[in-house]
Amino acid sequence: MNSKIKAAAVFKDNAQNFFFVLPAFVIFCVFYIYPFLNMIFLSSHEWPGIGPMHFIGLQNYKELMGDNLWWDSMAHAGYITLIALVFQNALAFALALACDRQIRMKRFYCIVFFIPPVLSEVVVGLIWNWILNPELQNGVHIGLLNHLLYTSGWPQLVHNWLGDPKTALTTIAIVHSWKGFGWGFVMLLAGLQTIDKQLYEAARVDGAGPWRTFIHITLPLMLPVILVVMILTILGSMQVFVLILSMVNEGLVHHTDVPVIRILSSMTGTNRFGYACAEAVIFGVVLMGVSFIMKILSDRARQT
Amino acid sequence: MRKYQRPNTLVIVSLLLVLAGCSKPPAPSNKILLWHWMTDCNDTFLKFAQQYKQETGVEVIVRLFAPSDSYSQMIIAAAQANVLPDIYGILNTKPIVADFIKAGLVDDLTRDMNANGGGWAEGLSDKALADKRFETGNIYGVKAGIYGVPIDVTNEEMLYNKKLLARAGITSPPSTYEEFIKDAQALNRVGITPFVSGWGELWLLDCFASNYAFNIMGEEKIFATFRGQVKYTDPDWIKVLSIFVDLRDKGVLMDGIVTKGNKYAEQDFALERAAFAFNGSWCVNVYHDMNPHLDYGVMLPPPLSTAFPLKIWGGAGSSFVVRADSPNKDKAVAFLRWLTAPAQQVLLARETNNLPSNKEALKQVLSVVSPVLGKFSRGMEESTHPTIWPVNEDPLVTEAFDKGIQAIIIGEKTPREVAQDVQTLKDRR
Amino acid sequence: MKTNRYVIWGMTQSTLIHIFLVSIALTCLFPLFWMVRCAFMTNETVFIDKALIPHSLNFGNFAVAWTKGNLAVYLFNSVIYTVCVVSGIVLVSSLAAFSFSRLKFPGKNIIFYMFVAAMMIPLPGSFVALFVLMNKLHLVNTRLGYILCMINVGLSMSILLLKTFFDKMPRDLEDAARIDGCGKIGIWWHVALPLARPAIAVIVIFNSLNVWNEYILATLLLGDTQLMPLQRGLMVFQGANSTDYPVLMAGLTMAALPIIGIYLAMQKYIVKGLSSEVAGG
Repeated sequence: MNSKIKAAAVFKDNAQNFFFVLPAFVIFCVFYIYPFLNMIFLSSHEWPGIGPMHFIGLQNYKELMGDNLWWDSMAHAGYITLIALVFQNALAFALALACDRQIRMKRFYCIVFFIPPVLSEVVVGLIWNWILNPELQNGVHIGLLNHLLYTSGWPQLVHNWLGDPKTALTTIAIVHSWKGFGWGFVMLLAGLQTIDKQLYEAARVDGAGPWRTFIHITLPLMLPVILVVMILTILGSMQVFVLILSMVNEGLVHHTDVPVIRILSSMTGTNRFGYACAEAVIFGVVLMGVSFIMKILSDRARQT
Repeated sequence: MRKYQRPNTLVIVSLLLVLAGCSKPPAPSNKILLWHWMTDCNDTFLKFAQQYKQETGVEVIVRLFAPSDSYSQMIIAAAQANVLPDIYGILNTKPIVADFIKAGLVDDLTRDMNANGGGWAEGLSDKALADKRFETGNIYGVKAGIYGVPIDVTNEEMLYNKKLLARAGITSPPSTYEEFIKDAQALNRVGITPFVSGWGELWLLDCFASNYAFNIMGEEKIFATFRGQVKYTDPDWIKVLSIFVDLRDKGVLMDGIVTKGNKYAEQDFALERAAFAFNGSWCVNVYHDMNPHLDYGVMLPPPLSTAFPLKIWGGAGSSFVVRADSPNKDKAVAFLRWLTAPAQQVLLARETNNLPSNKEALKQVLSVVSPVLGKFSRGMEESTHPTIWPVNEDPLVTEAFDKGIQAIIIGEKTPREVAQDVQTLKDRR
Repeated sequence: MKTNRYVIWGMTQSTLIHIFLVSIALTCLFPLFWMVRCAFMTNETVFIDKALIPHSLNFGNFAVAWTKGNLAVYLFNSVIYTVCVVSGIVLVSSLAAFSFSRLKFPGKNIIFYMFVAAMMIPLPGSFVALFVLMNKLHLVNTRLGYILCMINVGLSMSILLLKTFFDKMPRDLEDAARIDGCGKIGIWWHVALPLARPAIAVIVIFNSLNVWNEYILATLLLGDTQLMPLQRGLMVFQGANSTDYPVLMAGLTMAALPIIGIYLAMQKYIVKGLSSEVAGG
């Protein structure tokens, strides 16, 4: 066989295959790679946004390593993510399980549970601000939550939810979970629908109770969907910030700071673009690390 | 055999739409481009543009970018891409304005201001002009002159709700800090929250603290601290920080004040949830929209000490600069001169309830606006502003200082601890 | 005896589940209800009137939001952007995912991992660089520029999701199509896409929501009023100092309805598509 003809055929084949990816690749390079490289470039400079840029090497990174506010904000984002993973996804799963068997009203619930993700952050911030208002006017609680607690017999639970460092972050995490569980619900329900009902029948005939059915049939088959939901939850929760800004403005001292807020503060508050880019790079590296760990865990889980 | 579907018409239609939708950017000609951030003024600006076109034939294209954070970022992005409009505003602090000027992006308007015997500069309030004015020998290395045109003035003072005060048996607003605390305690006794302000926004908190800093130690010592000659651990600064301990312990502040945005604080005062507020002169418009029957007055924050005068912050509310290398520079300057003429300023004031920067317009407007707004305008005399100070503090240090006050208010830190933290940070910078 | 206990336990279970579902549903419906309620009030009464249903219904706010907010133009723009961006994403990402999953070419894995990594590394504050670039390409203040930018935003996740789906595609279907004379594009169009319908439905919903609610990039790239999308237009009601809440709520309500509509339309596909795959095979 003429090797030149074979090589040409292979080349044509490869080129054709590459063409499939070409549009995505071009868009990606223009809109992501270029700003990304620019960000890396800027992170080694000092620049207030206007005027000349001063090259300072790795100084931004050195300062960042010792910046307690930054690492605290990372911890806060991690905390919100943890609550989201546990609370939000457990809620979504429970609701999906409940909806899986209820044929009546299922469409209704599917629609209703998706409303929080649809609402803009502006509305969510406004509403929760009102619900969590800690103030009294003429002896009546202004905030709905405190009002309900007071009138239904739990006055000792009345609290300044967003104003107390101990509860502020948890409150925000819960509101964030409430806003996001709709996504997990949709995906988990879709996953549950693909499980063959005959498997459940077989398990029931074998005498397995609901708990054992869940552990041995539902969970293993749902594993891929669960992992996708978890990764998306992590990526989404680590980057939350608009919700925080609309609930606690610039923040309760530094207790409600998250990485994106620190980056924005460096950019617009103290006009340090280079430092902001260094923060963004480190943030990206951490997220990549977390996703990498998730991937290893998921591969290992899939093998078992 | 599988059924093969026809190519999805939706895909084709969208591609056509995409191709149809791409338009070329407009080419400038006898047109001035103006970018601003003031949502409240947009309608009036559009009216002005129409009027100006009829009078002079020059078309002013007005573009709004809100909120103001987005606007600042747009300006920086546009500066980098070299597409700044003919007229724009710089919302950053004076050092950044200086950077803009040094980068050759802002036109020096001194000659235009002083032309014809200085008519233009004379007609505008001094305090307002000071916002974009650089004095000789300034620390930024900028050539002395006026670089911007103010279109309104504002200042921050304390408001009080007459009805709520009467309910607590208070007949006249407090004139000293001690009286203020006593009034607050009387209000607490009848179940009224004494004080609210948007201290979730750091600049407003900084403003309040700064007012009392001027009162306690005078401006020379403040500037010396910025220069590094006096430490934040100095007893006078501890005194300033201790005010917030006092306010917290005496139950003066509304719960959640440190996470409250100014919008929410304005709601609270308009809905009569607090007797006192600390806000800027734009609040008159806001309160009127939410509660036209609100019976309130305005006063300077009650001074704590008699050593130095208490100074409020005030000056230009918004100002415009002209792009230095714009081909339409002269037309832009002419438009700004027209914009700050008394007739236009009066219309702007009437529609937005803000105080004009033109002195003549101010006189005309004062006779018809609410007495509260009139009182605000008298407060301009006593005002100062970071933009006219000879030296400014490092923004990171200011942030630490303000966040420190928030920590004091929620009871996490003591004044001494905060002062130490701030000083440590300042030493490191 | 056993069956009786079974029945009672089944009924209590059912009731408990219903209570659980309904209570969560209430917390989800409440904001929507509150939004609509505020839209019917005036700026003065919106905070004072504590009643759940306002005493007097003010229908004018919707009209004001529509006219003053220029919502007709913004709605049209949002629809164009959503349709174009989502179609673009589905098209571009399915082509790419198909290639990553089924075809070979040198550097395939590297490029794929680049896309995945892009999902992990967000670019907050990259807009100055983006703006400069867009300006050089003369794409600022154009529909095309905004559309391309938004396509990029949703690209990585869509590619990842679709590749996972295409990986599960049974080879015999592909072989059957090839025997029938389909080229690579044919296989993509006639075999891969229909099978991935549930994933495409998720991508459509996800990206429609992103584009519909987006305003940061819109503020940056679209200055001309005629090009603005809905959320950007609604910012007008959030004045620098004074916010007209009822009109804003009216505007937000009207803005939320179409996206709920898209969700309703797509939601059938997710559930139906998956279950028919199991049944039909």
